Amino acid sequence: MIEHSLQAIALSLKSKEISSVELTQLYLDRIARYNPRLNAYLAVDPAISLGQAQAADERLARGEGGPLTGIPIAHKDIFCARGWLTTCGSKMLSSFVSPYDAAVISRFHAAGAVVLGKTNMDEFAMGSSNETSFFGPVHNPWDTTRVPGGSSGGSAAAVAARLAPAATGTDTGGSIRQPAALCNLTGMKPTYGVISRYGMIAFASSLDQAGPLGRSAADCALLLNSMAGFDERDSTSLNRPAEDYGRELNAAAGAKPLAGLKIGLPEEFFGEGCAPEVMHLVEAAVAEYRQLGAETVAVSLPSMGLSVAAYYVIAPAEASSNLARFDGVRYGYRAPDYHDLTDMYCKSRAQGFGAEVKRRILIGTYVLSHGYYDAYYLQAQRIRRLIANDFAAAFRQCDVIIGPTSPSTAFKLGEKASDPVQMYLSDIYTIAVNLAGLPGISLSCGFAGGLPAGLQLIGDYFTEARLLNVAHRYQLATAWHLQRPAAFD
Amino acid sequence: MKQWEVVIGIETHAQLSTEAKIFSGSSTAFGAIPNLQANAVDIALPGVLPVLNRGAVECAIRFGLAVGAEIAPRSVFARKNYFYPDLPKGYQISQYEHPVVLGGKLVIQVGDTDQTVHLTRAHLEEDAGKSLHEGAGQHFQGRSGIDLNRAGTPLLEIVTEPDMRSSAEAVAYARALHALVRWIGICDGNMQEGSFRCDANVSVRPIGQPHFGTRREIKNLNSFRFMQQAIDYEVQWQIATLEDGGSIEQATVLFDPVTGETRAMRSKEDAHDYRYFPDPDLLPLAIDRQWVEQIRAQMPELPGAKRDRLMVDYGLSLYDAEVLTSSLELAGFYEAAVAIAGRSNAKACANWVMVDLAARLNKEEREIGDSPVSAEQLGGLIARIADGTISTNMARKVFDTLWNGEGGSADDIIASQGLQQITDHASLERLIDELLATNATMVAEFRAGKEKAFNALVGQAMKATRGKANPQQVNELLRRKLA
Repeated sequence: MIEHSLQAIALSLKSKEISSVELTQLYLDRIARYNPRLNAYLAVDPAISLGQAQAADERLARGEGGPLTGIPIAHKDIFCARGWLTTCGSKMLSSFVSPYDAAVISRFHAAGAVVLGKTNMDEFAMGSSNETSFFGPVHNPWDTTRVPGGSSGGSAAAVAARLAPAATGTDTGGSIRQPAALCNLTGMKPTYGVISRYGMIAFASSLDQAGPLGRSAADCALLLNSMAGFDERDSTSLNRPAEDYGRELNAAAGAKPLAGLKIGLPEEFFGEGCAPEVMHLVEAAVAEYRQLGAETVAVSLPSMGLSVAAYYVIAPAEASSNLARFDGVRYGYRAPDYHDLTDMYCKSRAQGFGAEVKRRILIGTYVLSHGYYDAYYLQAQRIRRLIANDFAAAFRQCDVIIGPTSPSTAFKLGEKASDPVQMYLSDIYTIAVNLAGLPGISLSCGFAGGLPAGLQLIGDYFTEARLLNVAHRYQLATAWHLQRPAAFD
Repeated sequence: MKQWEVVIGIETHAQLSTEAKIFSGSSTAFGAIPNLQANAVDIALPGVLPVLNRGAVECAIRFGLAVGAEIAPRSVFARKNYFYPDLPKGYQISQYEHPVVLGGKLVIQVGDTDQTVHLTRAHLEEDAGKSLHEGAGQHFQGRSGIDLNRAGTPLLEIVTEPDMRSSAEAVAYARALHALVRWIGICDGNMQEGSFRCDANVSVRPIGQPHFGTRREIKNLNSFRFMQQAIDYEVQWQIATLEDGGSIEQATVLFDPVTGETRAMRSKEDAHDYRYFPDPDLLPLAIDRQWVEQIRAQMPELPGAKRDRLMVDYGLSLYDAEVLTSSLELAGFYEAAVAIAGRSNAKACANWVMVDLAARLNKEEREIGDSPVSAEQLGGLIARIADGTISTNMARKVFDTLWNGEGGSADDIIASQGLQQITDHASLERLIDELLATNATMVAEFRAGKEKAFNALVGQAMKATRGKANPQQVNELLRRKLA
């Protein structure tokens, strides 16, 4: 059962081969057994989960319910979920129980899915290794001495170790795609605005986007069908007709299912900066795509090299303001001792935030300050436009861009923790996609030294269905995505 | 001795009369139990997002049209970042570089002359909550309370050029603006509840000096009287300081109504760096021409235009027209009364509205909007005076009856109480003849040259008819008979 696709699980539920309560219990048992090795979950509440499973079973018994009814899903702890501890990986919110549901949670609830638990993450989604969590790092199921990637590291480790059939994540600079790459998963960041941000604790509002983390593109398509949709509570949510993101997956295809597809290979993705063993696997995947009928063209994204710099101005700027509400006044952590208002602010925030969050608040405050705003913030916004223009030009030549997701496989815990710049460079291939607001997907393209490597596909705005199909066709032809870490039987 | 020139610019925060807050669905009603009107967005829970209330934008457009300003087709909401307990998000959503209303002007009356105050801009923003430093109950001991009911209430901040040259001009501007925002229905103007608050930027310079002096900003002036007092004090303080050889430091000051003095709250050195940047949670505000034209079509006639029209159409004096256009309700009442009484009685209507009705309303502390006597009733009453049905004195009695709700119309009351004036020549002549016959002494006295006796005879005639005789006719008849 734990190797079943979501579609197969749904069939089993419908045919009463297994009940949602049994399925949920199966995963709760696995969590109880394996989570101590991984630290992937921050909150599990069997009573709530089994109650929801019971309700799902009743719904299924009435012959109602959709593709996700009764399926347990793990949620990144960045999504507010009513009655659940919602910490965002921070001491600041270590005792915060949300009184309301995020749009993503509501949509899964409406679909009849079960909340399996809340997963660990980098504090306020700031990190690429899940080491900045106040609740300790998450371990990579493929090698528990290594990081799972971040910031959606808990969700990725949980799905990779089969402690959840699927999970949600958020991606501000690569936080779904990079952990997907490092954990042998498929993870998608949709076009900015496709999934409502309401109830998703903001890191950098103009870049944050929720998305699915699953074991295959087909699973991601099912999840995205539930997650996507206009929400009037989010002014940046896009009001577009609903679509079936899996619509291209079941189309009959011959030996060359991707004939006519033009894949762009940006020189900036295939130059220096990527570990050779990863590059080798990416090139092999490109060869596989040619086998599937796709044609490849060289494209160029000349401003790509500026993306990390621009990102580390814009994201901290927005974060410095977004995190101002965590002031100890109304909810969240408040320092036990203080002598006046300013002291209360200073101590609560100094004690409640971790080092990486403080670093970014400081950077963000600095770049927005009088006299620096033009030189940093406005300049970064100009770069952002250049990057978007680069992609627009590239998509006049190709349908999909391919490259590595991450420049390396999973690195050792602690390896980059003391070097923020090295850590920031882990997202060198993913950040530009967020700056441009484009959809991107990561899927595994093989193993190097027993560790998975990720292939990234980037599409033009609103081409999620095509990206999922391009990933799906590769997964039909290969078996990398079916590999499971041995230690989690 | 140098001659000094005063330079004043005003920033006004007008709370907009929308039902809901500017970025959340909470009610904006005043006076609820603290924090009852604060939802997840207002208390800034993690993950919540603002959604712009179009009603607030409509108010801004109405204002822009009323002052002949440019309505920006694209304006941008920005975050103004600072920490304060009554600011839940740690930033205020405002407009900074790209406000919704650009330019415009307001004509004000100072003494007998019209002056123009140019506006720089007007922008939309959200109000903060309130910090409560004293209150009943144990939890206030040594602590402050936060009430977030006001947090997120829509404000229009209206900024003038430094066009005013005296406290009188500043107050005239504030009054004109206050009347205008109420006139166009975007703000209730309640200064006690803080719906309309002004900050005055004040500086002085020697006459002839081309550049402005250093200004100090007087915050939160919530009455016109305080505004006048605060500016007057500030001006004399600045002049005295400069004449003593001192200099003015840029500062924010507060006016203390008890001492009548201003005192510095914070200086330029501890001025905040608000780190404004465009709010990524809100798209730029796009306003298309069609929306603006739709609103323009619904705009009421503005006070200046109405004032001029009242003078032309009804022959009113500038003063009368000014008074009657001091609020939309009053002007509407007046015009409705004229519609009933007839255009030829427009002046009489003005007098009744401005004198009799105003006095009565004032006495009972009522607004024109809840006058017990409707415009139609008053117009009907004035018509009956004009056509001679009743005398002015009798009309006051009818007015009282109407005020007390004891009659549907002047005609009803006149008929039911038999108040109709006696104007029938024959019956009046009969009455006078009887009077002269029974009051021989008075007649003799009059003939002997005592004018007083004549008045006494008139009084007798009025008494005999319980005030209903037409006094003018009685006069004429008496004169003739006694001649």
